[in-house]
Amino acid sequence: MLHVRKWVITDDCRGSAWFLAVLTLMTIVVPILNQVVSSSSALHLSAYGLTLIGKYLCYGMLALAVDLIWGYCGILSLGHAAFFSLGGYAMGMYLMRQIGPRGVYGDPVLPDFMVFLNWKSLPWFWYGFNHFSIALLMVVLVPGLLALVFGWFAFRSRVTGVYLSIITQALTYALMLAFFRNDMGFGGNNGFTDFKGILGFDLHSDGTRVVLVVLSAVTLGASYLICRAIVESRAGRVLRAIRDAESRTRFIGYPVESFKLWVFVFSAVIAGVAGALYVPQVGIINPSEFAPINSIEIVIWVAVGGRGTLYGAIVGAVLVNYAKTYFTGAFPEIWLYALGALFVFVTLFLPRGIVGLGPARARSIK
Amino acid sequence: MKNTPTGVRWVLMLFALLGVGVDVAHAQSPKDTGFVSMLGELREATYTDKASIAERLIQDGHPNVRAVLTAFLEDRLYFRNDDQKVLLAKSADVDPLNLIDPVSMQDAGSAPVDKLTKIGTNNSLRRMLRTTLARFGLSSPDAGVRLAAVRDMLRSLDESNVALLRERFDTETNSRVKKEITTGLALAALAGSDTRARLEALRTLKNSVSQDVRNRVALLLDKNPDGSFIETDDNVRQAASASLEVIDEWRALYSALETLFFGLSLGSVLVLIAIGLAITFGVMGVINMAHGELMMLGAYTTYVVQMAMPGHIGISILVAIPAAFIVAGATGVLLERTIIRFLYGRPLETLLATFGVSLVLQQSVRSIFSALNRSVVTPDWMSGSLQLNDALAITYNRLYIVLFTLIVFAIILIVLRSTRIGLEIRAVSQNRAMAKAMGIRTEWVDAMTFGLGSAIAGVAGVALSQLTNVGPNLGQSYIIDSFMVVVFGGVGNLWGSLIGGMSMGIVNQLLEPYSGAVLAKIFVLVALILFIQIRPRGLFPQTGRSAEDK
Repeated sequence: MLHVRKWVITDDCRGSAWFLAVLTLMTIVVPILNQVVSSSSALHLSAYGLTLIGKYLCYGMLALAVDLIWGYCGILSLGHAAFFSLGGYAMGMYLMRQIGPRGVYGDPVLPDFMVFLNWKSLPWFWYGFNHFSIALLMVVLVPGLLALVFGWFAFRSRVTGVYLSIITQALTYALMLAFFRNDMGFGGNNGFTDFKGILGFDLHSDGTRVVLVVLSAVTLGASYLICRAIVESRAGRVLRAIRDAESRTRFIGYPVESFKLWVFVFSAVIAGVAGALYVPQVGIINPSEFAPINSIEIVIWVAVGGRGTLYGAIVGAVLVNYAKTYFTGAFPEIWLYALGALFVFVTLFLPRGIVGLGPARARSIK
Repeated sequence: MKNTPTGVRWVLMLFALLGVGVDVAHAQSPKDTGFVSMLGELREATYTDKASIAERLIQDGHPNVRAVLTAFLEDRLYFRNDDQKVLLAKSADVDPLNLIDPVSMQDAGSAPVDKLTKIGTNNSLRRMLRTTLARFGLSSPDAGVRLAAVRDMLRSLDESNVALLRERFDTETNSRVKKEITTGLALAALAGSDTRARLEALRTLKNSVSQDVRNRVALLLDKNPDGSFIETDDNVRQAASASLEVIDEWRALYSALETLFFGLSLGSVLVLIAIGLAITFGVMGVINMAHGELMMLGAYTTYVVQMAMPGHIGISILVAIPAAFIVAGATGVLLERTIIRFLYGRPLETLLATFGVSLVLQQSVRSIFSALNRSVVTPDWMSGSLQLNDALAITYNRLYIVLFTLIVFAIILIVLRSTRIGLEIRAVSQNRAMAKAMGIRTEWVDAMTFGLGSAIAGVAGVALSQLTNVGPNLGQSYIIDSFMVVVFGGVGNLWGSLIGGMSMGIVNQLLEPYSGAVLAKIFVLVALILFIQIRPRGLFPQTGRSAEDK
C-alpha cells in the first residue's frame, strides 16, 4: 500500500515539475517576445496573442478551481462560472469607476449606462469601488461569501452528487437572469465594457497587457502551489476519502461537511480571482458569462485534461480553448461538432484525460 | 417498438374518415341550388331589390344565410367576373382576396380584387341588414347564435335594437341569453333619464363581469376638468360605485382563475418534459442533458410533417405525435446503445457525454434547417379560445396541452404499472442482478427504457411547437426548469413530476404580475434551492435499499 502511494506522488511530482517549468518559461519568454523582439519579426507576439495567452491562463485557474473540488472531493459544481463572473464583475465595477469623465456622457461619477438609464446617483453597492484595494477585497469576498452561504445550506442538508450539480446550475442560471435585468445596476444586457485604464495605466498599451499576463501566470502558479499543498496535506487525504466513500469518512469521525464547505469556498475564491484577472484583459464582462453552458464547459476542460491531477485541468483548459479559438475562426460550423464529439470521446475512452495517456497510473479515479 | 403498426393504422383511418367528410360537404342538395340562384340575383338587383332578396334568403332558411348576409353587410360579398359566381371574402383588406364558397363554406382559392366585383350596399340597405340579421340571430334555434347576436347588439345599442331585445326577453328560455339581454336592457335604461330605472339598472349590472359594462359604470364616476362630477345625481353615483366594487371583485376572481389556468398550462409543458426525465434520470440514473435536444427533434419532426402534408394542417399534428415518438425514441435507443450503456453507475459522466451529444444534435439541426426559427402552424381546431364568460376565456391550444399532458401521463403510468415491459423496467431499476437472474434481458430493457424516456421528450416537443417557435435553442431554454421539476418532485417519481411541474408553473404565473417574468423565475429557483435544503430528495423521495446508492 505504502509502495503504491509513493509511486503516485512521484508521478504527480513529475507532472507538477513539468507544468511549473513550462509556466515559468512562459512568464519569462512572453514579455521578451512582445517587448524586445521587434514587431516586424515573425517571433513577435502581438497584442492579440497576449490577450489570448492571458485569457487561457485565467481559464486555467478556473479549471484548477473546479478540479480541486471535483477531482479531489467529488463535488461536481455546474455553477463555477458564477463565481468567476462575480469576481469579474467586482473588477469590472472598479474599471468602470476608473473611466470617470472619459465616458461617452462624460459624467465624472456615474458610469455611462447609469446616465443612459437616467439614474441620478450611484447605488450604494457601487460605493468604494473607486479604490483598487476595496475592489480586490470584493473580488475575494463576494464569490467566497456566496460559496459559503450556498455551500453551508447545501452540504449541511447533505445535498450531494447529481442534486448538488443541478442546484449549482440553478444558481448560476438565476444569477444570469438577475444580471440581465437593467435595474440590478450592473449594466443589464451589455454588462461592462469600454474600459480605459487600471491604476492609472492604459489598458490598451502592450506594457500593461504584458504585466497583466505575467500577473495571471504568477497567480496561476501560486494558486497551483496552494492547491497542491492542500491535496498533499492530511486534509487532502480526507478530501479524497470523502470523494471515494463519503458515509464511511463521516462514520470514522471526520466533519465531512466542514471539509467540503471550506474547499468549496476556497475553490470559489480562486474562480473569482481568475475572473478578476480575466476582465481587464478581455475588456468586457456581461451576463452571458453566467450561462450554464459555460460552467459545463469548464468541467469538460478538466475532464479532457485529466481529473484529479490539478495540472491536467490546466492543460485541458488551455488545449480545449486553443482548439476553440482555432475552430471558431477556421471552421465555425465544425466547432460544436468537435466539442460535442470531444465530450463523448473523453468520457468514453479517456477517463483519465490527456495527462493520463502517459505511463499507466497506479491510482484509479472513481 | 411493438405499437408502430397500430399507430400507422390509426392514422390511415383518420385520413379515410376525413376523406369521407369532404365528400359529404361537396354534395349539392336542392336547397343549395335555390340558395345559389337567389344569391345570383343579387348581382344585378337595385338596392330595393337587394333588400327583398335578403328577406327571401332569410325565409328560405339556408344554414349559411347568416354568414352570407353578414359578409354582405361588411362589404365582403363579391362575384367573380369570369364565371359570375357569388363568393365571400375572408377579409376585405387584403389583395388578392381569400375566397370562401357560400354553399360549402370551404376555401375557394384566392383572386385579385380587379377580377371580382363587389355587391354594393347603401345606408338604408345596411340598416335593414343589421336589424334583420339581429332579429334573425335572436330567433335562431341555436342558443349560441342568439347569444352572439345579443352581444353584437350590445356593442351598438339604439332604439330599434332595444325594442328587439325587449321583445325577445319575454320569450327567451336560455338563461345565458336572457342574462345578456337583461344586461343590454339595463345599459339602455342607464342611458335614459329616469332615476329609478337607472338605479335599478345599476343593481342589475353588478351581476355582469364584462369589460364594456365595467367601463360604462366607471364612466359615471368620472369628473369634469373643473373637479365636479359629470354625473350630477348623488344616488346614482353611490349605486355606481357600489356596483363597480362588486364587478371588480368578480373580475379579480376570474382573472385569478385565468392565471391558475395559465399556470397549469405552463406547468403541463414542464410536466411533459419532466416525465421523460423522470424515466431516464429517475429510473436509470442517467442525467440526460440531451433531453432538451430530443424535444427539439420532436418539434422539428412536427415542422417536417407539416411541410410534407401542406393541405392537411389539421391532421398533420396528429401524424406528428407518433412520428416524433418514433424519431426521438429511435435516437434515444441509438444513444443508449452507442454511448450511455458504457457509463451506467457514473451519473456525472453521463452528464458530460450527453451534453456533448446535445451540442452535436443542436449543430446538426443548425446545419440542416439553418439557425433561423421555424414556425409551426397551429391547426384551426387548436386556435381560438373557449369563452366561458365575459371575463374568462381559455385558449384552446393551452387547454389541449393540459389535456394532452394528462393523457400522456396516464399512458406512461399504465405502461409502467401494468404492462410486461413496465414490470421489467421496474424490476431492473430496483435490482439489476436479481432481474437478470430471473431471465430478464436487462440490456434490452435498458435500451427500451431510455428509448421510452426519449420518445416522450419527442412528444413533448410536438406540444412545445404549438407554443413557441421551433429553433435550435428550443431544448436549452427548458432543460434547467425541467431538471428542477424532477429534483423538486423527487427523482424517479412520476407523481412527483406531475405535482412538481404543475406547482412550479402556477407559482411562476402567480408571481409574474407582481415581479415580472424574470424575477418570478429567479424567485422560483431560489425557493427551490431552499426547498432542497429541507427535503434533499424532493417531495416524493425514493425509499428502500436502492435509494442510498443514487
